[in-house]
Amino acid sequence: MNRLFAGALAAGALLTATAAFAQSGSATIDAIIKRGELNCGTAGNSPMFSLPDSQGVIRGLDADSCRSVAAAILGDAKKIKFVPLTAQARFTALQSGEVDLLYRSTTWTLGRESNLGAMFASVNFYDGTGFLVKASLKVASAKELDGATICVAPGTSTELAVSDYFRNNKMKFTPILIQDLNEIQNAYLAGRCDAYSTDASGLAGFRFQQGPKAVEHILLPDIISKEPLGAMVRKGDDKFFDIVRWTYFVTLIAEEYGITAANVDDALKSTVPEIRRLMGLEGDMGKSLGVDNKFAYNVIKQTGNFGESWDRNITPYGVPRGINKLWNAGGLHYAPPLR
Amino acid sequence: MSSTNSDPRLIAPRAAPKKPMQFSWSDPRFRALVWQIIIVGLIVGGIWYLVSNTAANLAQRRIATGFGFMGRVAGIPIGESLIPYDPALHTYARAFFVGVLNTLMVTVIGVACVTVLGTFIGIAGLSGNFLLSRLARAYVEIMRDIPLLLHLLFWYALVLKLPILREAIEFLPGFYISNNGFKVPLLDWQPAHTAALLIFIIGLGVVIQYRRRAARIQNATGVRPAVWPVVLGGLVVAPLLAWLALGAPFHLEMPVKGRFSFTGGGAMSGEFIALMIGLILYHSAYAGEIVRSGIQSVAQGQWEAAGALGLYRGTILRKIVLPQALRVIIPPMTSTYLGVAKNSSLAVAIGYPDLVAIVNTMLNQTGQAIEGIALIMGVYLTISLGISLFMNWYNARMALVER
Repeated sequence: MNRLFAGALAAGALLTATAAFAQSGSATIDAIIKRGELNCGTAGNSPMFSLPDSQGVIRGLDADSCRSVAAAILGDAKKIKFVPLTAQARFTALQSGEVDLLYRSTTWTLGRESNLGAMFASVNFYDGTGFLVKASLKVASAKELDGATICVAPGTSTELAVSDYFRNNKMKFTPILIQDLNEIQNAYLAGRCDAYSTDASGLAGFRFQQGPKAVEHILLPDIISKEPLGAMVRKGDDKFFDIVRWTYFVTLIAEEYGITAANVDDALKSTVPEIRRLMGLEGDMGKSLGVDNKFAYNVIKQTGNFGESWDRNITPYGVPRGINKLWNAGGLHYAPPLR
Repeated sequence: MSSTNSDPRLIAPRAAPKKPMQFSWSDPRFRALVWQIIIVGLIVGGIWYLVSNTAANLAQRRIATGFGFMGRVAGIPIGESLIPYDPALHTYARAFFVGVLNTLMVTVIGVACVTVLGTFIGIAGLSGNFLLSRLARAYVEIMRDIPLLLHLLFWYALVLKLPILREAIEFLPGFYISNNGFKVPLLDWQPAHTAALLIFIIGLGVVIQYRRRAARIQNATGVRPAVWPVVLGGLVVAPLLAWLALGAPFHLEMPVKGRFSFTGGGAMSGEFIALMIGLILYHSAYAGEIVRSGIQSVAQGQWEAAGALGLYRGTILRKIVLPQALRVIIPPMTSTYLGVAKNSSLAVAIGYPDLVAIVNTMLNQTGQAIEGIALIMGVYLTISLGISLFMNWYNARMALVER
């Protein structure tokens, strides 16, 4: 029902969206400023990435990444509207202009960049497809899963990754594809599936949520695919693309220099050239992007640097930072120089 | 004044004098024409606007269009399929066809079971047996008051509560039940079985012809020739002989429990079972009401007249009442059948790979939402029109022949 509905809505949105879509360099930014808020597409039901807390405030890495873009463009991280989207509805919501950008644990793939009229501006989480199995199954490697039944969310790149992996290893599996996250997790817990497969971060979060029963589940060591999750924006608006990308880079540079939300005001007195440029004290970095020259200050002051966001949202779920460390700590997050 | 040949009933009706259409609002024909032009214009304009607007939007956003993706290798895994399907080899077109077949299977089995169960419920509701009629009424009221989606989630939750595959219950040798579904032994199909089946079908035709002949003889002479030897010979002895003549092969392929799944045997998945139970229980309540109202629409005098002839109650129901009730039952029953076909799309909620589930995955992997939704609409339209056409034909056959 849900999926049919989402698909129908998606098609409807394309049918009725107005054709007069301005192609000027910064139509998206103009619209955001005029509206006074950023429309950001998130999952809204995904622990660690975007999930409402007890106060109804959306928390998570994706949510914080959205907020930092709002802070960069509007100077206020609170001027944001989170649009919850299913995996099916997300691309059409972006294409039709319902949201300005997607931070919805979306894997960067060639097909998505070439077919969907959209492109990836950043990668805020380097993930990979993994398998969660019950400890009672006594399986030590994904290679032992020949013939198993596997629970997967449909319409995700996981579906294809699992399919490719089994094909590659000449093994067979039976997929159980259920759209609703809770339903598919129930099916796994009830033993309908031998393994539950999705991004390893999601599996770790799900396992953590089982509380004392977490030991009954094992995250298999095999990571069978690369899943760089990041921001997706429409093609044809390069200025907006630049801002989304550099907002992410700015949070990396801040972490690199140890600038946090708490001490960012001290950074205003710094004599380090790159920090001075970051803070908008020297040069026209912000202006050349088409936003406030102090956009980086606003971003860090209101949402903190990348490491802070990670510690706030991911660490409580017990997921190690691993390849998501900064480049100089052995990870993959690397920002080009700000000059 | 009133001579017989001026009786208006005996004179052929005279056509009204022809009057040219006036280009005036007071001429109803002119008004009708104007309204029709406006309405057709609005519809055509609306469609043209939607199509051209969509095309412009798609082009502007550089979104790929067309059905070219149907020829590409799908790569999407599908849990259940009636035809061989391998994501590594087969195309999206094949995956789509798998979905169509799955939906058709659910529809056909669903319609058949809903008809049978609905008829029983409807008749039971009118039974003189207090307990039976109350039970049937309660069934109808409870089943149709629960939303279908809830039905499906409830039955799926029950299926999930069954033991896991490794602890599957073997309630008969070779018959297993677990939350993976049913596993049954499968007959190892040989040419002898095909021959027996063919002879059985031929025998069925012979029996039908023979029964007609028996009815004719009974009408003419009042004596009905015995039919049972033909039934026994055509449906049991002849197929059995054919099977024996070809070596009487009988070998059951038993399901063997492996570590993760059964090998061999026939299977019915837990998702399929939950979907069928939900669809059938929900729609049979409606079908029961339709049958009940159809039977009650037949005048009480028909029962009494038939009873006066000395017919049994069951015979009255079968031969007198139901044929008349069918005229009232068929049109609303068509709607119920359409409901079964369309509501099978709720299967996505519990993970049965029906048409909608598969096409949704397709459109998400290819990003071509409009083509995907168009495919879904096309298939449901075809299935629905097919059901409607058949039911209209059947309705016309059953309709009161006016002489």
